[in-house]
Amino acid sequence: MNGPHDLGGQHGFGPVAPEPNEPYFHGDWEKRALGVTLSCGAFGAWTIDESRHARENIPPATYLSASYYEIWIRALETLLARHGFVSAEELSTGHMLEKGAAPKRVLTADMVPAVLAKGGPCDRPLATKPRFAAGARVRTRNFNPTTHTRLPRYARGKVGVVEALQGSFVFPDDNAHGRGENPEWVYTVVFDGGEIWGEDAADGLSVSIDAWESYLEPV
Amino acid sequence: MSHDHDDHHHHHDNHFSPMEARVRALETILTQKGLIDPKAIDAIVETYETNIGPRNGARVVAKAWAEPDFADWLKRDATAAIASLGYTGRQGEHMRAVFNDGETHNLVVCTLCSCYPWSVLGLPPVWYKAPAYRSRAVIDPRGVLAEFGVTLPGGKKIRVWDSTAELRYLVVPERPDGTDGLDQEALADLVTRDAMIGTGLALEPEARA
Repeated sequence: MNGPHDLGGQHGFGPVAPEPNEPYFHGDWEKRALGVTLSCGAFGAWTIDESRHARENIPPATYLSASYYEIWIRALETLLARHGFVSAEELSTGHMLEKGAAPKRVLTADMVPAVLAKGGPCDRPLATKPRFAAGARVRTRNFNPTTHTRLPRYARGKVGVVEALQGSFVFPDDNAHGRGENPEWVYTVVFDGGEIWGEDAADGLSVSIDAWESYLEPV
Repeated sequence: MSHDHDDHHHHHDNHFSPMEARVRALETILTQKGLIDPKAIDAIVETYETNIGPRNGARVVAKAWAEPDFADWLKRDATAAIASLGYTGRQGEHMRAVFNDGETHNLVVCTLCSCYPWSVLGLPPVWYKAPAYRSRAVIDPRGVLAEFGVTLPGGKKIRVWDSTAELRYLVVPERPDGTDGLDQEALADLVTRDAMIGTGLALEPEARA
């Protein structure tokens, strides 16, 4: 979707303003937000792609003024309601009103080291052969789905070069919507800065994305 | 570290910021339902506050500087090379290392969300997840670098890696001159978090200052 998250190349957000010696958390609520988000992810009720799409669906004015942990929490509330774990009424009253759906698992403290160490690998075996080889010139598709995609707007309809085949991975455009993992080959595709930004491109700039095979057409 | 749910705190609720109140309410509901274990949250927070941070990545870089065979492995199969140092897991499942050299400076961003190599750098800083960096890194990288106090030589190329898939990128900065006598732990002291994102360079050894 062409949502507020798709920020590459936009103007007007001001300086980056890195904070010297920045702490990992700015307040206790950010710690709880991290832990609650990861704990609920461990239910196994939704995928990382569905959760990313829930974040993208936060209304633009809210998304752009929220801190990232606030974005996480807003999206988490959406996911918890969608999957029947917490109702909107419970969220507004701040306490349990009914039992709700039961998850496949509840993350307990003893499970944390193993769960974090395992992560969530997204590579999947694929029987088909890759369509493109390193060095191939490709054009990214120009599409504007209202659904989840990982092809940023600035990189649509652009000609680049396949730099590397990176393996086969879960296809987020399908997986975010419960249409299955449908793995595809993923390639690093590099674009000359001028192909993307035209006469305003910085000198000596190239930009790469990691693109699923169906994002690409031969040139 | 422990989280206090005692009732006597509830009359202070109106002192909480909206997000403090919102997260506290959510944690309370989920705990009442038995869906989360507050002690698991403590364990997650402790892991990312104390165990997993940019020192991991700095050790990877220092080893690559010191051992050409390891650098080759890191180029070919970063996931395995990094795992050999014990750095694995969430948001580091599929790693790639990209090497700065005399010709090219590498810069990593996630324009679409906040993808970041947690296993080697820990949790990302606020600026990495915020709109200014995400919007500008791909179109104005020299302007962004200037805000970090970094000016590249005029002829140096810039390669920006937008983390649009599940690959996570670690920048291996150039090894500073005058570091031949340093062991790997001393070398790791020169490798900052920002140098491994590409918004910084490795520190110069004090001996040369």
